[in-house]
Amino acid sequence: MESAGIATVVIGSALDILLQAGTPRIVFNDLPLGNPVGKPFDRTMQHRSISAGLDILYSADAPGTLVQMPHRWADDSDWQENFMAVREEDKALLTQLGIENREARRQNKAKGLFRP
Amino acid sequence: MTIDYISRTKAYYRALGFERDYTWANNTETPLSKPRVTLKDATVTLITTAVVEPSIPKPVRTAASYAFSEVPEHFDTSELAWDKVTTHTRDRESYFPINELKARSAQGEFKALSQHFHFVPTEYSQRHTLEVDAPLILQQSLKDNVDLAILIPL
Repeated sequence: MESAGIATVVIGSALDILLQAGTPRIVFNDLPLGNPVGKPFDRTMQHRSISAGLDILYSADAPGTLVQMPHRWADDSDWQENFMAVREEDKALLTQLGIENREARRQNKAKGLFRP
Repeated sequence: MTIDYISRTKAYYRALGFERDYTWANNTETPLSKPRVTLKDATVTLITTAVVEPSIPKPVRTAASYAFSEVPEHFDTSELAWDKVTTHTRDRESYFPINELKARSAQGEFKALSQHFHFVPTEYSQRHTLEVDAPLILQQSLKDNVDLAILIPL
């Protein structure tokens, strides 16, 4: 899109992935994945994120321009420690989930459910 | 702390028994276009990973464009990998801020929303994203005379 003259901005929460992808402009909200614009029903937070997005579309002079929003999910970092954490006590369950995941993929393929 | 999603995801999928790590996009060069018009004169589109047509099976979903006049009340986010323990997606504005953008457009902050918004599937295949999905969205955006695109992945 950028090469075709359309200026872009990503509003997102997985910063390492966005940086590695070479995203032209990033508004980063360090919030749980699922609500990149702001906490559910927090209209002030969401409004500020969109303002930041529209601003950076015009202010960025170089690709990789990043605006980090000051928004926080909670005073503690429990959600960050817990997300996708692999704990000893969950390992058997995760192994089982993996087996089911691969079986579902195999069945999809057998049914022709895949993109060429 | 900020989560290192790449290493966290790798460890998680290893625990699921996958032997090969997913390869995330890694672009060292990125194009950047300055907007062609002022914000007041700009046509804006929105690109989401939230699913509009869950009846299409996930493995065969492709990018699709939908009229802004037909934004669903609720998108389907159940098959996307967000933090389902900590939060929820019952507030559409938290990932698809249509009311916020409509209000700004009505106030004249930017000219208009484009005719269409766009769905892009979260794909394992970078080839599908680069060679099929992105060109579909670009084509429709050019037809819609889009100046600015806001991408909001869940």
